[in-house]
Amino acid sequence: MFAALMSLMALGLALGVLLGVAARVFKVEGNPLEAEIEAMLPGSQCGQCGFPGCAPAASAVANGKAPVTLCPPGGRTLAQSLANKLGVTVDLSGVEDQAPTYAHIREGLCIGCTKCFKRCPTDAIMGAHEQIHVVFRDACTGCEKCFEVCPTECIEMRPVEATAQTWYWSKPMEASS
Amino acid sequence: MKLFRIKGGVHPDGNKGRTAHAAIEDLPLPALLHIPLQQHIGSPAAPVVRRGDQVLKGQLLAHSQGMISAPVHAPTSGRIVGVGNYPAHHPSGLSVHTITLQPDGADNWGEGEPPRTDPFTLAPEEIATRVAAAGIVGMGGATFPSAVKLNLRTRYSLDTLVINGAECEPYLTCDDRLMREQGVAVIDGIRIMAYALGVGRIVIGIENNKPEAQAAMRAAAKEFPEIEVAGLPARYPMGSEKHLVQTLTGVETPARGLTADIGVVVHNVATAYAVHDALRYGRPLLSRVVTVSGGAVRLPKNLRVLIGTPVEDLISYCGGLSESPARLISGGPMMGQPLPGTRVPVIKGSNGVLALTEREAANEESMPCIRCASCVKACPCGLVPLEMANYIRSGDLEGAVGYGLMDCISCGSCAFVCPSNIRLVQFFNYAKGELTARQRAEHQQNETRRLAEARTIRLERQEQAKREAMARRKKAQAEAKKAKEQAEKARDAAQQSVRTGS
Repeated sequence: MFAALMSLMALGLALGVLLGVAARVFKVEGNPLEAEIEAMLPGSQCGQCGFPGCAPAASAVANGKAPVTLCPPGGRTLAQSLANKLGVTVDLSGVEDQAPTYAHIREGLCIGCTKCFKRCPTDAIMGAHEQIHVVFRDACTGCEKCFEVCPTECIEMRPVEATAQTWYWSKPMEASS
Repeated sequence: MKLFRIKGGVHPDGNKGRTAHAAIEDLPLPALLHIPLQQHIGSPAAPVVRRGDQVLKGQLLAHSQGMISAPVHAPTSGRIVGVGNYPAHHPSGLSVHTITLQPDGADNWGEGEPPRTDPFTLAPEEIATRVAAAGIVGMGGATFPSAVKLNLRTRYSLDTLVINGAECEPYLTCDDRLMREQGVAVIDGIRIMAYALGVGRIVIGIENNKPEAQAAMRAAAKEFPEIEVAGLPARYPMGSEKHLVQTLTGVETPARGLTADIGVVVHNVATAYAVHDALRYGRPLLSRVVTVSGGAVRLPKNLRVLIGTPVEDLISYCGGLSESPARLISGGPMMGQPLPGTRVPVIKGSNGVLALTEREAANEESMPCIRCASCVKACPCGLVPLEMANYIRSGDLEGAVGYGLMDCISCGSCAFVCPSNIRLVQFFNYAKGELTARQRAEHQQNETRRLAEARTIRLERQEQAKREAMARRKKAQAEAKKAKEQAEKARDAAQQSVRTGS
């Protein structure tokens, strides 16, 4: 009776210590997949996916609460690489519904309030107090944050058009065999 | 001279007889010239003229920007009537920045023609500088700025200059005629380029279907023992730079490398002629020879055309079209690109304008692959086109890259021999374009991340600066308060002492 009690107690203690050590040594800081996915996202915290930033979006994708196609600025390329990362198949044909856009400031209406300047996540807007603002087209991600705050509605979102440099042949159409 | 065999290749019908006998004619001055700012590989040129400006022949219209770029010049004297967008000489039909010039008919160089110089008294670097200033680009169609290639000797050890006179594309005869009619000038341009490159050996490769051009070049090169004229077997794509070099030297260019890696630089005969003009007479590149041919053209000709002339002017000078063409092509029928219309201008790289009839174009329905491997035998790069196309068809571009997609030169030999008429080259061009677009998107994403991080750092720095300023202010306030208190205390003490003293 005593021996059985002692051996069970010893077993319990030993396993308890083992668990305690394991909990310290193999401690996981959050979901590592979330961090990896966050590193793949653009990181501009634009909020177009409906989440307040790239970190919450990454955690939603990692937990399967959001599709891999959630990030409009990342587009088809990002959706494909996220699908590869998570090992899921994704139908990309419907992804790029939203054509890429860029913000354009109509100079005649800009009052130099600096509201858009302060909100731009990529510093793509240049301006100062009571000066006309301009957008650096190459740096603009089309996140529409400036578009929402402009008090005079002088910002318009224009579609990014193909140029002779970016154009390429389409995939040949074939009769299905 | 000993030649080496290359793998693959095809024998399309030459169809050169239509224009090979036709001497180069000067096209009359057109009513308007549309000069695109991007006629070369690299960054577009930046305009230096405005609407309404009067310009002289040879005057700079737009200067080059960046390392790989080329300027453009006024092909004749006249008035600038527009700087804006105009349909490009490009299959997409999109518009590009273009300067529109209305010729005044005087064709005026200003203070006479530019002064003549002896290029062999100049430093080799100076020759490259002048070639760059003349806006000369690879005139075989690739349009890579020639001066960049003339400066390669600073980075590579070069021994041979190969001159590409193969002209392996069917129909085209512009290089053939140029060699026959301007042999001495072409040889002079070649010698100037060899001097700039510092190479001792020059080989001119000409296909055996152009015996007159071979004879003309041999006659013009008689006094120069370092120049060798090699007759090449007529086989497409003999004019591909890497295959030409392999045929002549037996050395294969490394995959995705340059011919300079094996000590060879290749230039086209028309480029040599442009170099002669620029270095001997100081004339920038203002015109080029274009073959206008195809079954739908009434009188096929070789024309010397000012850069910027609308394609419709060329066709109407050649008697117009006898029927509505099934295909309108810029360049040769194998690698040429369809033109969106006849309004587009001739550019520095356009060596041919072909209007092909229904029979010539052979627009046949494409059928399933029967795995006959004709394309494998025809591929000059040793690739397996049918497998690459299968990967691309199923959307696996990485798989196609694994099969050597990036080594494909889009020569069209595979599609030419395919009995099922599969659009193999279009598959490859699509895949290359899609991969480039993906690369661009990824680059853009990285840039976005960098900018967003830079902004976060900047905001933090600003916040930090604000906090520090606040702390300093508080400290200053505290000190001022303390000093004030001390002063008050001292005053009180003084008053006390006065009171006790009194």
